[in-house]
Amino acid sequence: MNADVRTMKTSAEQALSAAFTAARGTLPGKGGVAQLREAAFNRFEERGLPHRRVEEWKYTDLRALMREMAPLAAAPDAAAKARAKNAGMVFPGVEARRIVFVDGAFVPELSDLSPEPGLTIASLADTLGKGDGAAQSLGTAFTTDDVAVALNTALMGDGAVIAVAAGAAIKRPIHLVFAGSGKSSAFVRSLVTVGEGAAVTLIEDHDSGEAQVNAAMELIVGDRAQVDYFKLTQAQGLHVASLLARVGANAQFNTFAYTAGSPLVRNQSFIRFDGERTHAGLRGVSLLRGKEHVDTTLLIMHAKGHCDSRELFKTVLDDESRGVFQGKIVVAQHAQKTDAKMLARALLLSQEAEASLKPELEIFADDVVCGHGATAGALDEGLRFYLMSRGISDAEAESLLIQAFIGGAVEEIAHEGIREALMNAAIDWLRARGE
Amino acid sequence: MSLLEIKNLHVEIDGRKILKGLDLVIEPGQVAAMMGPNGSGKSTLAYVLAGKPGYEATEGEVLLDGENVLEMSPDQRAAKGVFLAFQYPVEVPGVATMTFLRTSLNAQRKARGEAELSTPEFMKIVRQASNELGITQEMLRRAVNVGFSGGEKKRNEILQMAILQPRLAVLDETDSGLDIDALRIVADGVNRLRSPQRGMIVITHYQRLLNYIVPDVVHIIANGRVVKSGGKDLALELEANGYAQYVGEAA
Repeated sequence: MNADVRTMKTSAEQALSAAFTAARGTLPGKGGVAQLREAAFNRFEERGLPHRRVEEWKYTDLRALMREMAPLAAAPDAAAKARAKNAGMVFPGVEARRIVFVDGAFVPELSDLSPEPGLTIASLADTLGKGDGAAQSLGTAFTTDDVAVALNTALMGDGAVIAVAAGAAIKRPIHLVFAGSGKSSAFVRSLVTVGEGAAVTLIEDHDSGEAQVNAAMELIVGDRAQVDYFKLTQAQGLHVASLLARVGANAQFNTFAYTAGSPLVRNQSFIRFDGERTHAGLRGVSLLRGKEHVDTTLLIMHAKGHCDSRELFKTVLDDESRGVFQGKIVVAQHAQKTDAKMLARALLLSQEAEASLKPELEIFADDVVCGHGATAGALDEGLRFYLMSRGISDAEAESLLIQAFIGGAVEEIAHEGIREALMNAAIDWLRARGE
Repeated sequence: MSLLEIKNLHVEIDGRKILKGLDLVIEPGQVAAMMGPNGSGKSTLAYVLAGKPGYEATEGEVLLDGENVLEMSPDQRAAKGVFLAFQYPVEVPGVATMTFLRTSLNAQRKARGEAELSTPEFMKIVRQASNELGITQEMLRRAVNVGFSGGEKKRNEILQMAILQPRLAVLDETDSGLDIDALRIVADGVNRLRSPQRGMIVITHYQRLLNYIVPDVVHIIANGRVVKSGGKDLALELEANGYAQYVGEAA
């Protein structure tokens, strides 16, 4: 026996290697981008898929869970594009700019590319193909050696490249819809740069059917900018998504993740506060039933002082579902006056549901206010009785209490139309549960 | 027919006998004070009437308008007209008071085969009842009882009672934790709801509340049974002499 912990490559790992080897000549981007891909691929070759002995992936053993890799998606045909017309969440009363991707590829004819001062939107494939300078900051938002991110970098095919000019306030939310048409793999990578003092609302909406998706979003937020970022996931296939964000000083940065009806999801966020006096709210709601498994993992780096961040994540678990929350806040040595509070709460609706919650703080500064909490429990029987004693049925009382549980996080969303759409989506999920 | 008839009621909680053959009759229009020492079974009676899980009746009957309610779920009892004003109203984070009131009223109406109220009709009822109790619009927008003071929580209970218009109201130590001004507001609210069709059981430790809500009849409960009944003077006698004689009698 030797001491090498790497065992034989799984079939998915072999397929990933083969896919890269076959595609490396045709994937968009030359020069620096090609080097980035090669380096990332080598990292994957060394490490393999993350598994339960990798601390960050302990509760989501991707190596065991990803049995096969679906073939890389071909360009979408007319039928696939037609189906994508109605993909994604509907936001009644919200005039959003819809940008559509099908099987990981940008579809301009389904996208609203009407010009707006201060806003440029391009496809990643086009941008890399041109060798355009716009993609120079690709891979720089947050440096991590995470293997899921490395795989995305190696195999990224397309995505959105969005730049918001300094001072521009983008009126309509940008709704990026990622639709899927079958059992194929898509590696989508987006890069959004928001200039100083600019404001934008961004919705990354995965309605990807049975496709396997590895998505990464790089967000570079300038000083005094205001960014509201939503990540919506409804995916039947394996879904691994990474947010890589770097936030400047005096910024307002809010993220909200909504996941429902998805068998296997890993949503990981890597966020670095790189300037002082930024206010951040990082929140999310996951609704799980059946044997669904949803993992939310955060790494929040307070690199500079005087920032505050609020993390609030709520998970509702029914049947035999499994929810994972790992949240790590790191406060650097000089990041004095950091104010960070993280709370993860799981509501277990069934005896068989399971929640793993792991909040962590790593504080190297000595003058900070940081706290974290985690709770997991069933519905409060005292509350249920109180509601029922007023005439509300058991099912309705339960629904009302679950809504209230979710509402605590959803109500923090400032955008009224998006807040209502998400709350209604959650209520629909609850109704379906009662049927 | 009596509004409420409790016959030989035995109740156990976690295998412990609390009510041991309690008999009680409430007539329509009657306000009955229920007094007794700690641990006599007063709150148990309130909970068993409302149908709290874990309060198991092992023997006896509870007839509301001739119908045994013991087999009914709490929401079914509420639709039949049972209302419990809680001693400790719970906070329901995330559910706005207005939503709660409306959901409750419409659920009861639906269960009784009545149409749901329109928004203007509902708002009119709420506005009047809340004004009378000094409950602000701001409080109605807030989550049920969250951040409410003790007095506000009790007023909110009476507001619910005013909106739901129950057949039988059970007030479980509604006076506890209230200062004299709050007590007066709550008592006035209760008195406005006195009606020839409605019965009320007012559970209290002290005579003080009964200065404001004057009962038609006073029952003394000790060791799980009603041991003495009388007019409102019985409460004054209790205030003077205490419960010692009844506790001894029951044992």
